[in-house]
Amino acid sequence: MDLNYGEKYENFRKEVQEFCKEWEGVNFKDSSKAPLAQDYEATGITISRSEWQSILIKKGYFARSVPKDYGGFGGESDIIKSRIIASEFSNAKIPAAMGGQGIDMLVPTLLELGTEEQKKQYIKPTLHGEIIWCQGYSEPNAGSDLASLQTKGELVNGNWVINGQKIWTSTAQYSQMMFCLVRTEPDAQKHAGISYLLIPMDTPGIEIRPLVDMTLKPGFNEVFFTDVTIPEENIIGKRGEGWAVANATLGHERGSLTDPNATFNRVNFLIDRMKEEQLDGVRLIDIPVYRDKLMSIQAKVMAFQSNSLRVLSSKLNKGQDTKIAGMIQKLVGTELRHELEGFAIDIMGEIGTLYEDSPHLRDSGSWQFLYMYYLGLIIGGGTSQIQKNIISERGLGMPREPKVQGV
Amino acid sequence: MYFGLSEDQVFFQENVSKFLKNQADLDVIRSISEGKSLDTQKEIHSGLVNLGLSSLLIPEEFGGLGLDLLFATAISQSLGGGVAPIAFAGSYVMAPLAIVYGGNQKQKEKYLTQMSNNLIRIGVGFSEYFGARDSSAIEIKNNKISGRSLFVLDTKDASHLMFSDSDGVIGLISANSPGVEIVKLITVDNTRSFSEVKLNNVDIDILEQTVSHKDAINRAIDAGRIILAADSVGASQRLIDKAVEYSKERKQFGRVIGSFQAVKHMCAEMVADLEPCYSLVWHAAHCFDNSPEESRLMACHAKSHVSEISKIIAKKATEVHGGMGFTDLMGVHYWFKRIGVNRHTLGAPELLREEAAKIQNL
Repeated sequence: MDLNYGEKYENFRKEVQEFCKEWEGVNFKDSSKAPLAQDYEATGITISRSEWQSILIKKGYFARSVPKDYGGFGGESDIIKSRIIASEFSNAKIPAAMGGQGIDMLVPTLLELGTEEQKKQYIKPTLHGEIIWCQGYSEPNAGSDLASLQTKGELVNGNWVINGQKIWTSTAQYSQMMFCLVRTEPDAQKHAGISYLLIPMDTPGIEIRPLVDMTLKPGFNEVFFTDVTIPEENIIGKRGEGWAVANATLGHERGSLTDPNATFNRVNFLIDRMKEEQLDGVRLIDIPVYRDKLMSIQAKVMAFQSNSLRVLSSKLNKGQDTKIAGMIQKLVGTELRHELEGFAIDIMGEIGTLYEDSPHLRDSGSWQFLYMYYLGLIIGGGTSQIQKNIISERGLGMPREPKVQGV
Repeated sequence: MYFGLSEDQVFFQENVSKFLKNQADLDVIRSISEGKSLDTQKEIHSGLVNLGLSSLLIPEEFGGLGLDLLFATAISQSLGGGVAPIAFAGSYVMAPLAIVYGGNQKQKEKYLTQMSNNLIRIGVGFSEYFGARDSSAIEIKNNKISGRSLFVLDTKDASHLMFSDSDGVIGLISANSPGVEIVKLITVDNTRSFSEVKLNNVDIDILEQTVSHKDAINRAIDAGRIILAADSVGASQRLIDKAVEYSKERKQFGRVIGSFQAVKHMCAEMVADLEPCYSLVWHAAHCFDNSPEESRLMACHAKSHVSEISKIIAKKATEVHGGMGFTDLMGVHYWFKRIGVNRHTLGAPELLREEAAKIQNL
């Protein structure tokens, strides 16, 4: 066991800290348009999102392992540096580089499976926030059983003609492009009939309808396709290989859903809240039942953080087997965060039920919002039940549920 | 950066597991729990002592192996996995650490050297420091000890006993001194021994440093808690393995029960609950060895969290076995009970959580 990152990384940390000092209070003039990781007070320097992305790429703080030819930094991928950047930026309240499905999912997929032309065309503008992507995977009748999707693509005179519907499409209203799973081989077996297409969102025949979720904040959309026509070459991989291409990106999504340090910081924030909040003149932190539950959640969060360190370690040390430790992260991380937010609501009692811009609202309503938001994450990206199937089948070697005949 | 057990630790751990598999199968465990096969129990004990179990934490200058708590933690997992019917947490973890942190040079030389040569073995009675039950109490005055200590660990065949009063002053007595009465307690888990010790004006050798500071008692209790948590992690893992294995063999409704999602999800939940416990316990042991200022909180959280998780696993794994899980024949209950007793030894979760809150000045 060795939890030191070494001198090289401590020097890197200092460099990042200096950068953060230099850019303290940086703010975006175009913040409302882009899907932001966090919102910051409007103080200090104001620049555009795209300029900020460029600065971060030049320093190697973002798109580190993306080759220079495609607009990246062109260095070695370095998980520890990424961690240091994330934690120092968060401490200094400097906005992280833009994320989103294009950067987190499409770019890695293109790097792995795209053609040279596709890489040149899409990666650079995506990294600079000039092309925002949305993901067209789920359909009303294809959720957990994603491979049963029915949106149809036919090749007509050198163009794909697409008809059908996607759902749960976040950021569709801001996006220039969609990466989309479409059934192009209707006669093939279910997984072998899908292709991975790239669709410009301004193509005629696309209709976007907002899908309001339980948080009542703008989140998802439904996207309808009526004879949407795009060039034949807008495909990653070959016809019928879309499922394999999509699985490469689903892997990226599951890894990025939960941040154990964010959960730990949230516990500390809750502790502060419990010192301020009172019931009949007694601080919540002094009420034994609440203290007990708080400590129980803190212990769980520490266990989850330690588990993440172990998963990180397995990425740095070849041959370290942590298969199950990695497999459980989505399940445990989302359920734990939901429990934490729900606990905060419970100890605040009636005050905890307040929302929107109500009088007596605490912390901008973030406890209720995140309580609901994390329920969304428990369901999205492979529900907790699907995660349990994966853990038991792939992790424990238990048999699959036999297929029911005639359904 | 490396987070996990070293090759040496895994190697040692596997040797202990192999030894227990060969020497202490279910029939042997059952027989020992019923108070039979005492010779076999002694053989198992000396076999593990030959592997080095008794001198892990004793510094090399006194003839020990000079290893750290993470090493002992790794081994404790194996002992829990095999429901090893031997002394460990008290005699071989808490006792040597109490002497290392609390003894003067002469006491260290005297006791640690004898311990590493297996000439003495010490039972540990610290319950009165963190939570006295049934009005037990210890009084140490003028190098004499009187009173009653409950749930003294690893007392069976111990040559010496170690006690702490409520201020954390620790001393040693010879188990056969006049004025010592040892009453065996019968817990649900008969793989390890607990006693009530009644003391009437018995000569005691007080560990010199413990009069002025509480390092020794705190360090010994932290270590004991981490070790018991690791024991429960090992026991839980074995229960999960057994449940998964059974579910792949047992057929109902024309298919193995492990193909039913209801059963699969129980197993997945057990794994998802347990996996972070490994990391938490190792992290706690690592803090004990490298950043003592964090170790009290980590020890409290490790033991309370693992106790909660292993309780749930003990129940679910038994349920996966169906009616067979409830039988003595299947023997699942030995792990169930081991976990149940670990949970309360050196502090149940509620006590530990309150302690964790106090450590953080909450």
